[in-house]
Amino acid sequence: MVDVGTPILSAPPAEGARDQHMVLNMGPQHPSTHGVLRLVLEIDGEIVVRLYPEIGYLHTGIEKTCEAKFYQQVVPLTDRVDYLGPMANNLCYCLAVEKLLQLEVPERAVWIRVLLTELTRLNSHLIWLGTHAMDIGALTVFLYTFREREDILRIFEAVAGQRMMTSYFRIGGLSMEPPLDLFDRIQSFIKTFPEKIDEYSNLLTGNPIFRNRLMGIGHLSPEDAIALAVTGPTMRASGIDFDLRRDMPYSSYEKFQFKVPVSNRCDCWGRYEVRLLEMRESIGIIQQALDGMPGGPIKADAPKIVLPDREKMKTQMEALIHHFKIVTEGFNVPAGEVYQGIESGHGQMGYYVVSDGTAKPYRVHMRYPGFATLQALETMCQGRMLADVVAVIGSIDIVLGEIDR
Amino acid sequence: MAEAPKETLAGKQAVLEGLPDHPAVKALLAWNADAFTDALFDRGELTLTVTPEKICEAVTAVKNAGYNAFEDMTAVDWLPSEPRFQLSYHILSHQYKERIRLKTWLNSGDPAIESITSVWSGANYYEREVFDLFGIRFEGHPNLRRILMPDDWVGHPLRKDYPVEGYR
Repeated sequence: MVDVGTPILSAPPAEGARDQHMVLNMGPQHPSTHGVLRLVLEIDGEIVVRLYPEIGYLHTGIEKTCEAKFYQQVVPLTDRVDYLGPMANNLCYCLAVEKLLQLEVPERAVWIRVLLTELTRLNSHLIWLGTHAMDIGALTVFLYTFREREDILRIFEAVAGQRMMTSYFRIGGLSMEPPLDLFDRIQSFIKTFPEKIDEYSNLLTGNPIFRNRLMGIGHLSPEDAIALAVTGPTMRASGIDFDLRRDMPYSSYEKFQFKVPVSNRCDCWGRYEVRLLEMRESIGIIQQALDGMPGGPIKADAPKIVLPDREKMKTQMEALIHHFKIVTEGFNVPAGEVYQGIESGHGQMGYYVVSDGTAKPYRVHMRYPGFATLQALETMCQGRMLADVVAVIGSIDIVLGEIDR
Repeated sequence: MAEAPKETLAGKQAVLEGLPDHPAVKALLAWNADAFTDALFDRGELTLTVTPEKICEAVTAVKNAGYNAFEDMTAVDWLPSEPRFQLSYHILSHQYKERIRLKTWLNSGDPAIESITSVWSGANYYEREVFDLFGIRFEGHPNLRRILMPDDWVGHPLRKDYPVEGYR
C-alpha cells in the first residue's frame, strides 16, 4: 500500500533510467480544457516523472486587438478572457482606466459592481466545484451546481441582457440602471443558496472516494506557492493569508466585513475547503451590499467619457454631440501607466494599461491567475500517480481563456 | 507617433526625498540608491528604473526588502524610440501590502537581458511570453521557447511593426 502523504519519487530519475519511461499525451480531460490544454507526461509505470503543459491552442491575440480599439471598446473583449467570470474582468479593466483618468465613480455604481462581482465569484466557484467533482466521478454535484448557476445567469441576463458575455460595466460606472426587481431576485437567491452549499458538502465532504482522491494529493508548499507566483484560493490553501480584497482594497471593499479562509493543508483537499468557505463569505458580502445599497446615479459626471442616457440624447443637443464624439472618436486618456490588481475567483487578476495620451490604449497587458498557476502543476504532480493529475488540474481551477488570452 | 517617456534625474531626487517612509524607498536608500536611474510616483504607484545589466541585483534587493511576491512582468514596444523596449516588473509585498514597478529599457538591436528565474521561478512563463511576443531574449532562462505561438511562427506579434491583422 502506497502512503499517499509522501511523494513516491523524491527526485527526477537518472539519465539512464529515461529509456524505460513512456511519454504520454494527456489530452482534453477537464471540461474547461476541452482540446486546448495538452499535457505531455513522462511516466515511469504509473508515476509522473515530468510534466510539460503545452498551451497556446486558444491564443486569440487579444492584447494586440486591444491596441487597435478605443478604450471603451475593450470592455467587451475582456469578457472573453475568463469566460466564467465576466464581471470580474470588466471590473479590473474599468478600474485600471479610471485610475489613469483619475475618474471618480458614484457610490451606487461601485456597490452594484461589488455585488455583481461577488455573484461572479459564486458562478466561477460553482463551475469549479461541479467539474472538479465530475473529474473525481461524482456526477450528481455537477448537475446541482449547474442548477444554481442557472439562477445566477438569469440574474446576469436581467441586468445586462446577456448570460455569459455581460459587458455590463463601463468606464465611469455601469451601462444602465439595473431592473427594479433585481435586488429582490438576488435576495431570494442568496436566501436559499447556503442550503445548497450544505447539500454539496453533504454529498462530498464525507464521501470516502472524494476524500481519498484529494487528501494529501497535489502538495504545494507555501514557499513554492510564492516562488511560482501562485495566487488566490490555491495560494491560500497553502497557508498564505493574503487577499487583495482585504489587504489592498479596491472598489469600496474596505466597507465590507468578511473573513478570508485559509487552510494549512497545502493539498487538493485544502483548496476544496477554502473555496467552499469562500462561497459562504461571498454570500455575506452580497447580503451587506443589498442591505446598504446607496442611491444616486450609476454613471460618473463626465460627459466627455461616459455615454449620455438614451432619453437625454433624444432631447438635448449637447448629449447627442457627446454621444457621437465618444462613439466615433473615443476619448483621450492622459499619458501614463497603471497596474490594477483585483481578486477574481481564480486568484489575482491584473491589468497593466499604458497610455500615450491618445484615444486607444498603447498597450494592455492582462495578468491572469491561471497562467502562473499552471507553472506549479509540475511541482504538484511530480512523483505522484497518473490518476492524481486529474484531481490536481481540477483543484487549481483553470480556465484556458485566461491562460492563452 | 508615440514618444517613449523620458527619464529625469531631478524626478528621481524628488521622489526619493518626497517618500521617505515608503518601505521600498527606505530599503533602496539603505541598499544602493545609485543603482536606480529614475523614480516616478504617479497615481499612487511607485516606478523605479534600473539599467538592464543590474536587473537581477535590483530584483534580489527588492525581494530582500520584503517585496516577496513576483506578480507580473511584460514589455512595451516604443517604436521608433531608442532604447525601444520597456520591461516592467510588478512586485508585491504581502507584508507592506504595497506594490512596486521595476522598469528597464532595452535597445532594438538583438534585445537581451538576464533572466530573473533564479530569483523567482514563477517568472518562467512570463519571460517565455515576452520572448515569444516581443522577441526579447532572457539569458539564463531554463527553457526559452515560444509559449503561445507555434514553434515555427515568423515574427513577434506584439511588436508595433507587426500588423494587427497579421502578415498573412
